[in-house]
Formats: sequence, C-alpha cells, structure tokens
Amino acid sequence: MKDYDQYEVRKYVIGGLVLLSAFIVIIKLFVIQVVDKSYQLSASNNVLRYIPQYPARGLIFDRNHKLIVSNEAAYDLMVIPSQVTAFDTTEFCNILGVTTEEVENGIRKAADYSELKASVLVKQLSARTYARFSEKMFKFPGFYVQPRTIRYYNYFVAPHMLGYVGEVTESIIKKDPYYNMGDYIGVSGIEKTYEKVLRGEKGVNIYLVDVHNRIKGAYKNGRYDTAAVVGKNLVASFDKDLQEYGEYLMHNKVGSIVAIEPATGEVLCMVSSPGYNPSLLVGRDRTKYFPALIKDTLKPLFNRAVMASYPPGSTFKVVNALIGLQERVIFPSSTYGCAPGYYAPGVYVGCHIHRTPLNLKGAIQNSCNAYFCHVFRNILDNPHYPSIYQSFESWRHYLESFGLGHRLGIDLPNELSGFLPDTSYYDRYYHKNGWSSLTLISMAIGQGELGLTPLQMANLAATIANRGYFYTPHVVKAIEGNLTIDPAFRLKHKVAVDSSNFRIVIDGMDLVVNGEPGTGSTARIARIDGIRVCGKTGTAQNPHGKDHSIFMAFAPKDNPKIAVSVYVENGGFGSTYAAPIASLIIEKYLRGKITRKWLEERMRNTDLIHGLQKK
Amino acid sequence: MDYKRSNILGRIDWLTVIMYLALVFFGFANIYSSAYRENHPQIFDFSQRYGKQFVWIIAALFLAILGVMINTRFYYFFAWPIYILSILSLIAVLMIGATIHGSRSWIPLGPFHIQPAEFAKVATALALAKYMSYYNRTLSQFKTLLNVSLMIFLPAALIMLQPDMGSTMVYSAFILVLYREGLPTSILIVGFLFALLFILTLVLDKTIVIAGLLILTVILHLFIEKKMKITLKAVIVLLLTGTFLWGVSRLLHRNFSFYNIIFFSLLAGGLAFIPFLYRYKLKRSAILYLILIGSVFFAFSVNYVFNNVLEEHQRKRINIVLGIESDPYGSGYNVNQSKIAIGSGGFTGKGFLHGTQTKFNFVPEQSTDFIFCTVGEEWGFVGTFTMIAFYVFFLLRILFLAERQRSSFNRIYGYSVFSLLAFHFLINIGMTIGLFPVIGIPLPFFSYGGSSLWAFTILLFIFLRMDAERMEIAF
Repeated sequence: MKDYDQYEVRKYVIGGLVLLSAFIVIIKLFVIQVVDKSYQLSASNNVLRYIPQYPARGLIFDRNHKLIVSNEAAYDLMVIPSQVTAFDTTEFCNILGVTTEEVENGIRKAADYSELKASVLVKQLSARTYARFSEKMFKFPGFYVQPRTIRYYNYFVAPHMLGYVGEVTESIIKKDPYYNMGDYIGVSGIEKTYEKVLRGEKGVNIYLVDVHNRIKGAYKNGRYDTAAVVGKNLVASFDKDLQEYGEYLMHNKVGSIVAIEPATGEVLCMVSSPGYNPSLLVGRDRTKYFPALIKDTLKPLFNRAVMASYPPGSTFKVVNALIGLQERVIFPSSTYGCAPGYYAPGVYVGCHIHRTPLNLKGAIQNSCNAYFCHVFRNILDNPHYPSIYQSFESWRHYLESFGLGHRLGIDLPNELSGFLPDTSYYDRYYHKNGWSSLTLISMAIGQGELGLTPLQMANLAATIANRGYFYTPHVVKAIEGNLTIDPAFRLKHKVAVDSSNFRIVIDGMDLVVNGEPGTGSTARIARIDGIRVCGKTGTAQNPHGKDHSIFMAFAPKDNPKIAVSVYVENGGFGSTYAAPIASLIIEKYLRGKITRKWLEERMRNTDLIHGLQKK
Repeated sequence: MDYKRSNILGRIDWLTVIMYLALVFFGFANIYSSAYRENHPQIFDFSQRYGKQFVWIIAALFLAILGVMINTRFYYFFAWPIYILSILSLIAVLMIGATIHGSRSWIPLGPFHIQPAEFAKVATALALAKYMSYYNRTLSQFKTLLNVSLMIFLPAALIMLQPDMGSTMVYSAFILVLYREGLPTSILIVGFLFALLFILTLVLDKTIVIAGLLILTVILHLFIEKKMKITLKAVIVLLLTGTFLWGVSRLLHRNFSFYNIIFFSLLAGGLAFIPFLYRYKLKRSAILYLILIGSVFFAFSVNYVFNNVLEEHQRKRINIVLGIESDPYGSGYNVNQSKIAIGSGGFTGKGFLHGTQTKFNFVPEQSTDFIFCTVGEEWGFVGTFTMIAFYVFFLLRILFLAERQRSSFNRIYGYSVFSLLAFHFLINIGMTIGLFPVIGIPLPFFSYGGSSLWAFTILLFIFLRMDAERMEIAF
C-alpha cells in the first residue's frame, strides 16, 4: 500500500549514525569511568583541594648586606565550610586552645565569605599545636593546615621605613583577584611600595582528598599545579648601624633624623621618633599591640620623616641667599646692618645681638634676621619684574626646583608635599594686590606659611652639598635580579641656581660650625675634629609650645658623603639638640665611632617627652 | 465515544509510553539526588528543584493525555497556524522576555517562565511535515529546498537573537529529516567538507590549510582531466601572477599581507586561465577552480567569524574541545568538573544520593544541562551504559515507528521527533564528557525544567497519536 520510497534505505544510514555516535560516547565514558583512574583515585569519594603555595616573601638587607628582615614558618588552620560535617567540638577546641564560640563564629564568618573557598579559622598555630592537630585531622573533615611564612626581624630597627605586613582587607580582595581572604600584603613602608616585588607569585597544588580528609595524591600528577615564585630580595639603602644609632639618640624625644648620600640620593637613615619594635606587629601579637600603638598620643606609627610638615626656620635663609645671588639682587660683599632687628614701616623683625654690619658669609654664620629680611625684600621687590606677582612666582619657581612644595617621590607611601603658598593663596588671604614683600616678611627667615618635611630638608642639605643638584631620595638601593632600580631615581634634578653661587653660601655654612670662637658661629657644638661639617641651625616657632630645634648639615665640605636634617620637636634652639645629634650622626657614619662620649651621653639621656607630658 | 477512545488507547504504542515514563522517573530521581540536602529530605518540598520538577511532571502527563486525545487531522490542518503562532511567540520573547543568564529567552506567565524556543521545535516539525508531504514535492527541486531551509532558518535565527546558541544549533537536527526525505547526498558531502575545513582552519595554521587546498586541487585536477600539460600551465600561471603581485607590492612599498597575495594571485590566475577553459572546454576544471576560490574564501571567513562574530566564551568552548586551549578553572571549568564527576563514578558508581562532586555546586547547572553527571557519578559506567543503551533503544523505537507510517506527513513528523531527540541526547552527553563544546541544551525528559519537559512530551505524544491512527487516515 505504501508508495515505493527510493530513499527508504537511508533509514539504515540514519539509524547507523545514531548507533555509531552512541558507541563513541560509550567508549569515551568507558575511558573516563573505568580506564582513567585519575578521576577516581579510590572507590571512596574524592574531592579536589586547591592548596595555595605561598612563596617566601623577599628578604630585606641593609646597604652593607646585613640581613634585617627574613621569614619564619607559621601554620594557619583553614576551613572549607561546605566540607565540614558534625565533629567533636570539645576535642577540637582542646587541641587548638580556642573556645567553642570562637570556632562557631569563625566558621559562620568563613561561610559568609565562601562555602567552597578556604578561610583562615585560627591564625599561626605553634609548631607543637600543628603537630598535635595533624594526628587528629582525619576526625575533622573540612579543616586543614596551611603552612605559610611570617616576617622575622633580625634587628628591631627602622620600623617606619620597613613598614609591616598585614592581612588583606575585603576592599583589596575585591579590587585585586590575586589576593584571597587571609593572605598577607604589605601595609606600610617598603613592604607596601615593593609589595609586588617582595611577595613573589602564589602557586597552587591540587590534591585529591578522600572522605576522611586525607590527601590521597596530586590531581592528574600535578599537571594543573603551578609552582610558587619566591619573592625577590631587596637591598635597602639604609645603614643598619647608623639607623640604630639614630634611634638610640632620639630616645625620649619627638622628631626625626633623615640622612642622605648626596651623590646618589640613597637614604642612609630615617628615624621617626617615637618608633616601635617592628616585631610587635607580626602574627598573633599584632592584635595585642596594634590598638595600643594606634591610641598612643605620640603617634609611634606615624612616619614623621615624610608625613610631618614643619616650618624650616632659619635653615631656609641659605635658600633665600642662593636665590638672591642667582637673581643678582645681593652679592657676597653686600653688607647690611642689624639694629638688632629689622625695622620697616609697620614691621619689626627681632634679632639677637651680634657684630654688625655683616656680609653674606657672616650673616649666615650669625643667622642674622635683619640681613635676610633685606635679601628677601630685594628678591620680591626686584625692579626687573613688573610686579610682586611675577617676582613671587619666580621665587616660588626656584623653591620648586629645590623639591619644595611637592612630593619628592620617595619610594615610601603617604609622602607629604609640604606647603609652598602661591599668589592666589595670598589673594584669598588678603585681597588682590593687598599684599607686599613686607606682608610676607616672615618667610625671609623661614617662618610663616612655609612647610617642609624632614625629608625635604635633608634633600635640601644634599642639594647644597652637591652644589646644585639632587637625586630623588629613595630607601631601596637594589632589587635582586634587577640591574637597575626605578630610573626615576637615577635622574639628576638640577636646581635653578647656578653651581657657582653655592660656594659662598657653603663657606657661610662652614663658618656656622667651624668659625673662630667669638665670631658668632651658631653651631660650634657640631664641630668634629678632622671632619669639616657645614650646617645651618634653625628654630621653628611653634604656636603650640616650645620651639622646634632644627639642624641641617653635610660633611665633609669637599666631596660630601652625607647630608642630614634633624628635627627635635620642642627642643628649643637649633644648636641645643638638633645640631649635636646631626654632628654625632655624621661622625658615626664617617668614622664608625664616637669620640665625644659626653655629648652622646647628654643627647641620649635628654628626655623631652615625659617632662612635656607633665606640663 | 467510549469505544473509540479505548480503541485509540488500545492502538497506542505502549512500549514507547512505558519507556517515556521510565526516562522521566529516572530523570526525576537524579534531579532529587543532585539537589538533595540532608536538611531538606522530603520529596515534595516545593522550595527545592525536585519538588518543582514533580509538579512539571504531573502537568506533563496531562499534556501527554491531551496530545493523544487530539485527532491527527487537527495537527495536519492547523500546522501552519501553529507555526505562525510559534514564530510570533519567538518575536514576542525578544520584546517582552525576561533575561536570565544573559539570554532573553523566557516569557513570564504568572509564577512560571515559559521558554517559547522549546515549543517552536514542535511547531517547526509540524510545518515541515505538512509542507514536504505535498504531492510531488521533492528536495531535489531547488525551490522546495529553499523554502524548507527558510522554514527551518526562520525560528533558528530568531532564537539566535535571544541569544541562545544551543537551541539554535538544535535546528540543524532537521538535516537528518531532509536527508531521509531525499536531500541530495552531494549537498551533505559538501556541507561535511566545509565543516571539516572549518575545524582544520581553527586547528591548523591558515597558511597550511591554504597550501593544502592548492595541492589538493592540483591533484584532483590531474585526476579528473588527466591532462598533465594543462595542469602544469595552470600552476605556472598561478606562480607567475603570485610572484608578479609580490614584486609589485614590494616596489610600491606596500606590505600586502601574505594572504592577500595568495588570494589575489588566485583571482588573477583564474582570469588569465579563462581563454584556456574556453579552448579546451574544461568545464570540470572551472568548477574545481570555483570550489577552490570558495574554500579559500571560506577559510578566511572562518577566522573572521571566529574572532569577530562569536562571543569570547563560545570561542573558548570550541578551543577547549579542539584541544587548542586548556583552561580548567575558566571556560573549561564546567567540562573539567563534569568529567571529574562522571569519572569519579567508576565502574559501579557511588550509589544513589551518595555523589559528592555533584553536590556543593562543583558542577554548575547540575540539575539542568549537566544532569548526566549525576548519573555518571552515582551509577557508574554500569549506569551510564544502561542509560545510553536504553535511550538508544528508545530512539530506534521511534525511528521504527516513523518508518512504519503510511503517510509522508506522519513519517516526516516522526523523523523530526527522532532527529530532535537524538540531537539533544547525543550533544548533551557529548558536552558533559568533553566530546562537544558546551552549548547548553537539555537532556530530553531528564533535565530539570518545565518548558523542555512539556515541549518534548507534546512532541512525542502527538506522534504517538499519529502512529495509533496510521491505518485510518493518510494524508
């Protein structure tokens, strides 16, 4: 009855095609289910476990290749909430020395983060606890121990420069998928700026784990595993002995010391006082000490060397002298009298009693306020410029070339830019054309609106030591395996003042320290026999209390090896504390030993904190 | 009335019905197992997937009864309206549809979401059966072939816009139907060769593919024309034009890419060869040449389509199956986890409800597209083999039913049912074990989801009714 259908035979082709495909599927199933044992290591249930391999963090050495920061092993107890089954909590808590609530809360928190990913439940078990738990681990599915490394400090120095390592925050995890809950990251200092270099690259090992939580072997013989890449080592630019000595001298004082090698811009020491012992912020101790350090009114976590801004005081006079010389509004021979003090209509700037009149060298030596008021007014009222707006901008341009008013770009986080006002600032503060050189006269002697970080001050000393140029200060000298550091640190920054104009100013700074007795040298206390130290004192007026003691210096005068700035808060005159401390630092660095033990003792034993707090 | 119904019920192919029920039941058991948690042990917990699937199954049984109740005449006469309605629903979903997982595939109907693409398969099958069953229509007629292609292409294109690549590719299953109804074998072979070329272009370097095509053409030419001299002349003309073009591009300091030079020298060489073709009446050479040009052009467009038209995840899935890329945590994650789950079942499986890989969402889309993992893990090779054997038997039974129809309408529809089910079955399982790129189509009667279960049930039971009535009416 059916019509003849010439295509009927094709039903065999179609049926055969389906059979053939089904046959291929069955072969493939036979292979993955029966032949290939890697999918089913044993008859029991297998679960893959991804165990990150944490590389050791890079080591940090000082400039003389002394090992400062290294690592030690620690064991974190991890939990994968989805794999946790009912377990003996009492035994669990006994082994680990934690409470039931801690465990319950911990697991709940971990489950909130992820059911499938591992979270840290108990941080940094001791090796002993780790051993005890390993024996019993089969009783606790879903838990395992993750070895990792934590920081170990061979010397308790330079906490602010080195910085510390802490757990990543959730906001970082969201931004950077490299990090997982419980990972460590550099939070401050070198640890933060060089995080990517120091951390290396995590690897992952994939294991098959049975229902008893025992690792049965590598998944697919480790074909999908990735090896961890160890972090690179760093050579920091600081000198551990000098740093330690600086911290020793600043004991019981608030302030900072920054020393720079002028020829390279490498930071030789950077002390911010008070500091803290970096080993207190490692591992479980952190939870104990961190809140106390945060609450401390003297802010020991705060790196004053780059994060505090002070008026430069009289040290600033040498900058105005350099600008005046460059603008040809003063000359080495220019002489001005001192009343004592500087009188102008409506303005009086006081001064101490010294011989008068003085030339430029003598004015630097004696730190004469009146002389530098003349210098400053000559700069701003220079008839070469149509108005004070242009002359002020020119002055400001010089200062910027010295690295003032903006971040220098050191390789430490949160560097402050300091403060350098511009014309619009004064227009706002007074009104347009409502200010003159007399209004700004306090800046002649480094007071008023100006703000410099101790780092900028040290860089200023280095610039003068170099006779007109500087390299951006940096705290890391070399990265293992890299031939060069950031090229930005190899760039010579020339300032807008000609090299020839530095000679006379440096002679003045020489006299500050090495002038004949009775000629009015302000910092003869900084004199070192056999080392020609050039320096300049400063005393910054402090509206909140006693003046700050400031000193900037470099040595030796020819071919300088070190430039240093010292700030001692509430230390009074620059020559009282800052100058002796700077001098001791220079001697320590250049000679390796101190001849003036009495001066060292006096500095070490001065307590400017506890007396202050009593007031 | 009573007599007639019992008559129909008596003539229904109960073997198929029983197999259908067995598949649905086994599917439900696996959904239950994959969604099973100790804290939700009740089977009829409607907050869980298996609870919902239970409801879908009950509804599907009603649809099955309904499908059997309606006379074949109804489907025959209303094939076009049903097809048009279904096209309209596909257009509607593009405008008012709800977007889930990045595809606009669902029409919200109260608490449910309906997937029109699933039902469009039934409509297309009916319409094809109706159109092709007209007297004197054969697929060797160009017009018929064109119309049939358009009928298949229209719903497929609309579904592609959602976009749902998986459901779109399902429409290629109709090629089997066309083949059975007399699609010329040459078209299939050409299609197959192009598919092969497509894969080769992705796996091998384009240069190698083009060089291979050129050599193949020369050999074929020798073989067909058996004229050594002319073939040699052709090769020389080609080489000369190629060198000339290369020289010109260097002289002009225009760096034509290597591919451009090959392509244009082929074109230029072909033009130069036209006088020969005339003189020696080389019709077959001309055809060969056109095929060569077409293939080279195709190879270029494959790369273009692959790199510019396909989505990133689609590219990756294809690359993973072809072994070009290995990415066990990214795009390959599904397949890798799915293979681990199936592989870990071993020979005998871990036992019902005892799977571990298929719990905890190791395998995404566990209860829908990857339901086969649960079978593999919990029932082992014994289970997968039995299931595949059972399914293949079920498919062959439908094939047998289709072949015993007396009208071409019934037969074509039956073949559509067979082809659609076979395609879903093979591709779905193929993708869970890494034989095919992941395209996300369900396993009929197994996967969780109301729309696909209902659509496949309707598809099947319409055919069972046709089969029951096969002796009475013939269209």
